[in-house]
Amino acid sequence: MTTESLPFPGLQHVPATEVPQTGKDFSSDQEVRWCPGCGDYAVLKAVQSFLPDLGLRRENIVFISGIGCSSRFPYYLDTYGMHSIHGRAPAIATGLATARDDLSVWVVTGDGDALSIGGNHLIHALRRNVNMTILLFNNRIYGLTKGQYSPTSELGKVTKSTPMGSLDNPFNPVSLALGAEGTFVARTVDSDRKHLTAVLSAAAAHRGTSFVEIYQNCPIFNDGAFDAVKDNDTKADALIPLVHGEPIRFGAPGEDGLGAKGVVRDPATGGLRIAEVAEVGADAVLVHDAHADDPTTAFALSRLTDPGHLHKAPIGIFRQVDHVSYDDQARGQITTARAGHEDTALELDALLHSGDTWTVA
Amino acid sequence: MTKQVKQLDRVIIRFAGDSGDGMQLTGDRFTQETASFGNDLSTLPNFPAEIRAPQGTLPGVSSFQVHFADHDILTPGDAPDVLVAMNPAALRANLGDLPKGATIVVDSHDFTSRNLSKAGYTENPLETDALAEFAVHSYDLTDMTVEAVKEFGLSRKDAGRAKNMFALGLVSWMYGRPTEPTVTFLERRFAKAPDIRDANVTAFRAGWYFGETTEAFVVQYEVKPAPMPPGVYRNITGNLALAYGLVAGSTQSGLPLFLGSYPITPASDILHELSKHKRFGVTTFQAEDEIAGIGAALGASFAGSLGVTTTSGPGIALKSETIGLAVMTELPLVVVDVQRGGPSTGLPTKTEQADLLQAMFGRNGESPVPIVAPRSPADCFDAAVEAARIAVTYRTPVMLLSDGMLANGSEPWRIPEVEDLPRIEPGFATEPNHQTTNAKGETVEEFWPYLRDEDTLARPWAVPGTKGLEHRIGGLEKGDGHGNISYDPTNHDFMVRTRQAKVDRIAESLPPLEVDDPSGKARVLVLGWGSTYGPIGAAVRRARTAGLEVAQVHLRHLNPFPQDLGDILKSYDAVMVPEMNLGQLSMLLRARYLVDVVGYNYVRGLPLKAAELASAITDLVEATTGETPSSVSDGHQAPAAVKESVR
Repeated sequence: MTTESLPFPGLQHVPATEVPQTGKDFSSDQEVRWCPGCGDYAVLKAVQSFLPDLGLRRENIVFISGIGCSSRFPYYLDTYGMHSIHGRAPAIATGLATARDDLSVWVVTGDGDALSIGGNHLIHALRRNVNMTILLFNNRIYGLTKGQYSPTSELGKVTKSTPMGSLDNPFNPVSLALGAEGTFVARTVDSDRKHLTAVLSAAAAHRGTSFVEIYQNCPIFNDGAFDAVKDNDTKADALIPLVHGEPIRFGAPGEDGLGAKGVVRDPATGGLRIAEVAEVGADAVLVHDAHADDPTTAFALSRLTDPGHLHKAPIGIFRQVDHVSYDDQARGQITTARAGHEDTALELDALLHSGDTWTVA
Repeated sequence: MTKQVKQLDRVIIRFAGDSGDGMQLTGDRFTQETASFGNDLSTLPNFPAEIRAPQGTLPGVSSFQVHFADHDILTPGDAPDVLVAMNPAALRANLGDLPKGATIVVDSHDFTSRNLSKAGYTENPLETDALAEFAVHSYDLTDMTVEAVKEFGLSRKDAGRAKNMFALGLVSWMYGRPTEPTVTFLERRFAKAPDIRDANVTAFRAGWYFGETTEAFVVQYEVKPAPMPPGVYRNITGNLALAYGLVAGSTQSGLPLFLGSYPITPASDILHELSKHKRFGVTTFQAEDEIAGIGAALGASFAGSLGVTTTSGPGIALKSETIGLAVMTELPLVVVDVQRGGPSTGLPTKTEQADLLQAMFGRNGESPVPIVAPRSPADCFDAAVEAARIAVTYRTPVMLLSDGMLANGSEPWRIPEVEDLPRIEPGFATEPNHQTTNAKGETVEEFWPYLRDEDTLARPWAVPGTKGLEHRIGGLEKGDGHGNISYDPTNHDFMVRTRQAKVDRIAESLPPLEVDDPSGKARVLVLGWGSTYGPIGAAVRRARTAGLEVAQVHLRHLNPFPQDLGDILKSYDAVMVPEMNLGQLSMLLRARYLVDVVGYNYVRGLPLKAAELASAITDLVEATTGETPSSVSDGHQAPAAVKESVR
């Protein structure tokens, strides 16, 4: 999926391993304690088996998480890690990534952690474009606190805290990330190992903040929330795969072997809509351009996601553009300022003596 | 004409004007002149929280007080000997602080009926006998300024703006201050605007000549330089000294400094200052909020930097959860609280020391945090280095409690030699520290992140990138040694006690307290912390001058307390604890040592007044010993002090 080749620009300063690694090298000695059937297992397995492909020294990889079921993730990976406090992982990771250019920094968060209590840190990390990869596990429910609605739960959802239905309009995480100037914004699904791995690989390759929303099933408190996009009978009509440079087609194959449905511009609104290719013609179908600097079309694609019960959702990389990252610039300013001033004792003495001084004999 | 020169041992001058009149700059320049002349000095800026309150009104008055002397002094002074008032509001707002006989230099230009009524005057005080008790020099300084600078072709408004420099020139003449530093300063500051530069320099000189030539000023005063220990000196504010101390903490530990901060009065200047020093490898991150500021700092600490966050009380409230995380993860972190009036938004530009209990206890759970407090503006440097030492050595967040008075006040500072500064050893972990036997009976080397140093109880600091030491930390309770999540009841009890013991153990690294008890016979001890050092020291001197025996001790470490504090407290019959709060240190001392200390508490947003405090100390000495002193008054009226037991 990514057009980048190793070593990835996103990881260009991270030292490479001399010894080949396997997924087992990345498994910690801690017993994994998610509920049976939790989507988190699939993501953990995918990450453990994908990390060796990056060819990085294990000690230079750091996973930072907040609070929630998914935030237990770092305990199960034998890298450096911090299981921090609710919502603050992007802020902590910002300090880490700015302080060190030789680390591969990952944030693991959930819909409550990233979009409720930590919403502010998420949007500011995105706009600064700090070099880190944010994995947002979206199960559309609060699991660890046992079943309250989350900021991605559909309107009217009946939960423990909303017996008459929730009154909150949900966030569309991809729309939010694009609105926050995200330079890499993608969506994938826990159960599609191949797609998940391809998206994670592209996210790691990207220099700047990579944001990946992962649809993840909670079998205990929100089972079936993603059935339409996971069920073999329905998913062809529900998932809209985005591939850079390809026309956006999905659904059962049409006469040309591609999906019978396509995404087309709606001249009336300037937005996008779904049409039968047979009716509008193959040429009318939008060709996906993830590298477009203007996020308008990426945003329009994100709006094709059902806000309520999920029957339709684009997956893949919505946007991937090269913008300079915050931490590269911060380190650049320091490098510039240090040139010719490396003797810190001398510099400190000069600093303390700066301004008007006088001598008492 | 030759003028009479009178010797004075000390003078307190207050410059007051509208917040747009440049009074802070004027005061700062007078201070620099005074510093380079060699007087000891202490300053107190006082300004409104509003950037520009309506012109000419009482809320818009900004002032700067400077106390200078031919001997060593401790405070900005209780009451000004000289008031420079640039408009009616400045006169009215400050008149109540003047003792009888004080000198008032006033710009009469703005004493129009409109401006008088804005200041709440019904008649012009310059034309009545309202100021009869004072020596008043009233001139239209604005008109004289405009006249002096007319050759530069500025608009009348711009020309009038230089009136603060005219006033500065006049007062500089009155007290024989050197003029070169200010001329050099103005030339540098306005290098890009030659006519503004020339107008300011000319106005400054015109003010000086006005004093020298006019018959209105018959006396010039002289305050001789103060004897000071040999060395190179500079004048320094607390915020600047604190920023330099943090840089020194970084260079002395070899750790890059990472500041995560969100702007807040009165701490923002530390962020501004540190952002200029990237050549030391300093990263300054202006975060989206207080929480992100400390979060990023903690992330940088995990990465092996010296993480620092700077704020004031309201910011500490927001950072509390992350301070708790730093306690749990046992990572070094310096948390600077430049205290201001509270609660809530409180008095943003005024001083207070009411965050002590917040620093001590303001977190969930048993969450001990060491606390260090500077006692004077220049001392902020050493206190910051000390905070960094404790944070790095003991792997813990440290609270550094400055306050608004220290932050903006200034005093001469003898610049230390870099080679005399303490070294701080990060001692990063580099290799496994534990052996186990695996299922096959082989010995395996492991890294245990919570295996402690026997002396300090600090845990190893292994930074990412160190091979073989991969580990996970976090906010959940850790198992002793291995550091994996543990919900075991006995382990939790043990870890709670161990975190406390680690902080308590810092006391073993502290020097004995300095007890200032010249005769060794005092039965009353005055104990303080933070910026009350100056007023307490001045008050104790007054009491001693009056023949009383009083001991003084000042605390730099509020948590843990120094090991000898308990014995010292118990060796006096009475202990007074002056604080700018309702008795927070008193409460801690009573709880810890069961000593019935006497509180002396004012929360007026201003430093304690030495004369009032001296009177309260006198009362306590009398009550304790039955002695009666000669007199502690120095002519300043002292209102009855509030003496009360705690709360």
